[in-house]
Amino acid sequence: MDYEFLWRPVFQSLPQLLKSALVTIEVSIISMIIGLTIGLLLFFARSSTIWLVRFFAGVWIEIARNTPALFQLFFFKFGLGAIGIIIDSYITVVMALAFNTAGYMAETFRGGFKAIPSSQLNSARSLGMTFVQSQCYVVIPQVLRAVWHPMTNQFIWVMLLTSLGMLVGLRELSGETQFLYSKTFRAFEFFAATAIIYYCIAKLMLLLFRLIAWRLFRGQ
Amino acid sequence: MAIDVFSELQPKDLLFLGEAALRTLEISLTAIGIGSVFGVVFGWMMSEGNRFITFIINAILDIFRSVPLIIQLILFDSFISIAGYPLPAFVSGTIVLSVYTAALVANVARGGVEAVPASLRKASRSLGLSYWQDLRYIVWPVGLRAVFPSWIGVALSVVKDSALVSVIGYVELLKASQILITRTQDTFVILTIAGLFYFALSYPISKASDYIERRWNQ
Repeated sequence: MDYEFLWRPVFQSLPQLLKSALVTIEVSIISMIIGLTIGLLLFFARSSTIWLVRFFAGVWIEIARNTPALFQLFFFKFGLGAIGIIIDSYITVVMALAFNTAGYMAETFRGGFKAIPSSQLNSARSLGMTFVQSQCYVVIPQVLRAVWHPMTNQFIWVMLLTSLGMLVGLRELSGETQFLYSKTFRAFEFFAATAIIYYCIAKLMLLLFRLIAWRLFRGQ
Repeated sequence: MAIDVFSELQPKDLLFLGEAALRTLEISLTAIGIGSVFGVVFGWMMSEGNRFITFIINAILDIFRSVPLIIQLILFDSFISIAGYPLPAFVSGTIVLSVYTAALVANVARGGVEAVPASLRKASRSLGLSYWQDLRYIVWPVGLRAVFPSWIGVALSVVKDSALVSVIGYVELLKASQILITRTQDTFVILTIAGLFYFALSYPISKASDYIERRWNQ
């Protein structure tokens, strides 16, 4: 093995890498929030009385869950691009990840809502709450607790998936690494550093979620 | 002469995509097979070993669950080429995917072993079964039932994640569709076909798994 590891360029561009790590975190948080919201809407849409709404939600969920995230990203970027809808890379990544997350979270919510007896919703309604009120004040807080763990996993998953951004030209952590690699041709060193940064982000996120859970659910 | 349904897309291109879909199946089934065997062994070690072993295995496997697969693929690929042992894309892709699968399956398997009630295992041992007999005839069937749907979930996610092996040059379904797109410029149609292929691979299995889970829960 006559390869000499050269870590200097990596250390020199560490600030640049860490800055792009912020983009990674930003993209994952935005996609997660949008995905969660749509996922919740999809869950309700699935039990809608209108046939078309039910069908639409079902199709969304099945496509999101049964095709690769990379395919979804390519579809939003190049597929829509080909029929004249050209979207910025940043927004494409957010759209694809939110689409994916919404499908998975809709299924997770289904499990969470199943755990809440329907008598609770009925009693809330009979106490005079509207449907939205009884969901927001009675059912969803309990569902949130039931889906917290899968939601955390989904968030880490979304964070890892933002790395696909490098394939559509987004300069998040992986995209930036790709860019720096093309300047220095130090693939191993740069991607090793990136792997470590991803690991640290994942652990930090996990810790953050634990802290929030502790704050939210203590005493229960 | 065959009639061209799409402007420049020919019927034989569908065959090309079909072959690529088979390659997607080939690499993912290989990885699922190898990864599941190792994953079950790791899961068993984590649930039966002492705390130290559990901690070490879990910490190592956790790395593979906390770093994007695409980075793992590029890292492994560049490492073996600087080490001087370049491997075909199929082999290096299979190695990385298998390790990734093992890391995911280990958790599932651990859950499976721990789902078997301790009293059941004590009962089997006191009936005279050896440790290995207990594993084979009690823990395996009971644990498998408990985690089979999760295992299917992992397997399906590996099929989908195998799309990432295209970054190190393996021509699987998604890469093949990109090659076709470069030639025909029929991006929308070809991507839709590729998506349908994935859907056709994944959807029936996920529905079957739901059905099995429902029947077992009855």
